[in-house]
Amino acid sequence: MSTRTLITVPAARRGEIVEIRAMIGHPMETGHRPDSAGRLLPRDIVTRFECRFEGRMIFAADLYPAVAANPYLAFAMRAERSGTLQFSWSGDNGFVHTESRPLTLT
Amino acid sequence: MSTLRRRDVLASGTLLVLSVRPMQAQSQSQSPSLASALAEAVRAWSGGNMPRDGRVTLDIAPLVDNGNAVPISVRVVSPMTEADHVREIAVFNERNPQREVLRCELSAANGRAEVSSRIRLATSQQLVAVARLSDGSLWQQRVEVLVTLAACIEG
Repeated sequence: MSTRTLITVPAARRGEIVEIRAMIGHPMETGHRPDSAGRLLPRDIVTRFECRFEGRMIFAADLYPAVAANPYLAFAMRAERSGTLQFSWSGDNGFVHTESRPLTLT
Repeated sequence: MSTLRRRDVLASGTLLVLSVRPMQAQSQSQSPSLASALAEAVRAWSGGNMPRDGRVTLDIAPLVDNGNAVPISVRVVSPMTEADHVREIAVFNERNPQREVLRCELSAANGRAEVSSRIRLATSQQLVAVARLSDGSLWQQRVEVLVTLAACIEG
């Protein structure tokens, strides 16, 4: 099953502060929920999100089971130059996913 | 006769509403152990100090229909310069199975200290957003949220 992401990086003028939004398709199974037989479903969540610009950390987050399914994070960034943004998610059961998007100054 | 029955039905409906209200009030009232568990979680995050009220704005609907995906947004008043910026924003809750919700790392590169996400709320409860600034100071805002349909209930 392929992992789906939805990322928006608006075009920016130099020095402008833009909002970056990143969502990833993931059930975020809490580990607190029973199945139909009453057994607890094992926890399966994304635990870490990172966004880097040209290798430099811009924003990172530790996620807990209280974050909703298909975790969504929005944060700001001051756009100083064009370059590449790298987004990475990792979590339970060896979950890893990365995406890249250009940041383009207008 | 039929109108009398309708009145009976209406009256019983009113009774039902009356009997539900005290339960709601009860669930809203804070038990001291839960409140201290929330304070404990914040203290564990901060390294022992309690944040001061102010500078942090936790935006969330005061009345939530569906606890499965509740939009939240945390904003901190800060110039976000190298010398003076927000290093960390975290959110804790009072009554989910686990106190932690989200912890974010920021820097001057963000330009604006603002984070949004969507979270789960198991029931009506208190939420707190806390911020650690580059000068080491700690700030918070607490918000009370009413949840009508909880997350984590359906199996």
